[in-house]
Amino acid sequence: MLEKYMELMRLRFLMMLAYRVNYYSGIIIYSLNIGVYYFLWMAIYGDQSSINGTSSVQMATYVAVAWMSRAFYFNNLDREIAQEIRDGTVAVQLLRPYSYVLGKGFQGLGEGVFRLLLFSVPGMVIVSFIFPIQLPSDASTWGWFAISLLFGFIINTQINVLTGLMAFFILNNMGMIRAKRVIIDLLSGLVIPITFFPGWAKEILSYLPFQGISYVPSTILAKGVPLAEVITFLEVQLIWTVLLWVPIRLLWINARRRLVVQGG
Amino acid sequence: MYSIEAQGLTKDFKIVQSREGMKGAFRDLFDRQYRTIRAVDEIDLRINPGEIVGYIGENGAGKSTTIKMLTGILQPTSGDLKVNGYDPHGEREQFVKTIGVVFGQRSQLWWDLAVRESFRLLKKLYSIPDEDYHRHLNRLTEVLEMGPLLEQPVRKLSLGQRMRCELAAALIHQPRLLFLDEPTIGLDVLVKENIRRFLKQINEEYGTTILLTTHDLSDIEALSHRVVMLDKGKIIYNGGLPELSKQWGGGPRLYLELKEEWALSALQDFTKDISAEWQHIEGRCYRVGLTGPDPSVSEVLSRVVPHASIKEIRIEEAKTEDIVRRIYQEGVPHA
Repeated sequence: MLEKYMELMRLRFLMMLAYRVNYYSGIIIYSLNIGVYYFLWMAIYGDQSSINGTSSVQMATYVAVAWMSRAFYFNNLDREIAQEIRDGTVAVQLLRPYSYVLGKGFQGLGEGVFRLLLFSVPGMVIVSFIFPIQLPSDASTWGWFAISLLFGFIINTQINVLTGLMAFFILNNMGMIRAKRVIIDLLSGLVIPITFFPGWAKEILSYLPFQGISYVPSTILAKGVPLAEVITFLEVQLIWTVLLWVPIRLLWINARRRLVVQGG
Repeated sequence: MYSIEAQGLTKDFKIVQSREGMKGAFRDLFDRQYRTIRAVDEIDLRINPGEIVGYIGENGAGKSTTIKMLTGILQPTSGDLKVNGYDPHGEREQFVKTIGVVFGQRSQLWWDLAVRESFRLLKKLYSIPDEDYHRHLNRLTEVLEMGPLLEQPVRKLSLGQRMRCELAAALIHQPRLLFLDEPTIGLDVLVKENIRRFLKQINEEYGTTILLTTHDLSDIEALSHRVVMLDKGKIIYNGGLPELSKQWGGGPRLYLELKEEWALSALQDFTKDISAEWQHIEGRCYRVGLTGPDPSVSEVLSRVVPHASIKEIRIEEAKTEDIVRRIYQEGVPHA
């Protein structure tokens, strides 16, 4: 049962290897982002050693971890699904004996694992030499981080799938896809950690799924959170992964019913 | 059990009607008008295991829509449908394991991967046991001459090469039922020939049921046991090819060149008790159309020869293509 999805994942991994230019340009883009946000935050800190209970070293670590995590959880499934709906290839995929949505999810995971291994891990080593960051040394923190990062991947992928499937109803949803990307980068705590948002915004964000994508895993690793709080974090993430299945299911069932195959 | 059993199968599409002009465009934003189009209109279809059925019709007659319903891609608007004993749309994941599909205009192979990788993935997807997989792949490789293609990425294959791989991909899990939508489109004569031979072979060897749509009627002539003809979403003919020719007056035609010119009425007199239609073409050339239930060329000749000496004879079999064209142009005649 799981075997076919693992195979889909493996193939995506192989396909990523085939597109090397993407890989190299990705390294440059992510290094630039980490550099830019590092210097920006250091300018904000100035002489202060701590803002909002976050020290400048913790902030630098947060920036590095958040961007390297993004390499793992980020994928273009939304674009891919929308494209397949528009050109009708989704029909061909429906002839295969696996769930389209789950298949896509695992392909996204293949992509994530590729970037994690060939990109985030070596990138993190290099960054730790250049910038003064402090990574925890105990295995349990890394373990919690890994679990939380996987949840972050699932939530982000679910939102991507939802956005992509909207193409069934709005044939050109490229605008929506772009808007979604910016919203996620902002509201997930990638650009600004959630603790830096004003109180009312924090309140609202705590009811949204986005913090589970970036803020939660990055905070666990960069700030060292007590175990009780880690558990609460993971619970919230778990609840969202379950909740997000509902609209995906509904959308998918509805979409299959009204599928019109473009071009014959 | 039938391979395909459809009763009153219907598919409606809703199409957005755009209004005219700027004002219309604004109105469309808030209140859209839809028009319903019936692509497939209550068709009944039964196909037995092991049959090869040709499914023909003009562009837009509803062929592709039917195939997409039969393969579980589209949900029928109404009607009962059982394919291989499954409800194709409702039990999709289970159902698709029992069928193979080739769309001539859409590749199902993974574009960036070597052909062999695609097959490997299919093996996992269909959970084919190792032994069956190797035996079957070797056989397909041999018959479809795919040996040199296996290591190439799909995007580098020519159309003919790709088509052979598509066929192999559709058959690797040994489905009981094979759907072919325009399988020979754009292929050269030799490749077409090969593919037809192959299809016949698997039909005879494994008893695979085949439903194919095509514009190339020679495919159907070469393969099908039965033809189903569709027009405007309705089945207008369902039966054998020879009967189709007979039913729609496409018997053979006899071209005669006589030694001297005869009056048409005199010639008609010779054959007045059999159904032969005489036509004067020019000079001493005549055409005889044989339309009746069982007309024979020799019968006509035996009537003519005692009276008039014949210089040259040419017999032309009615081409399916002509018959089909006539049906489309003139609608359903005396069916």
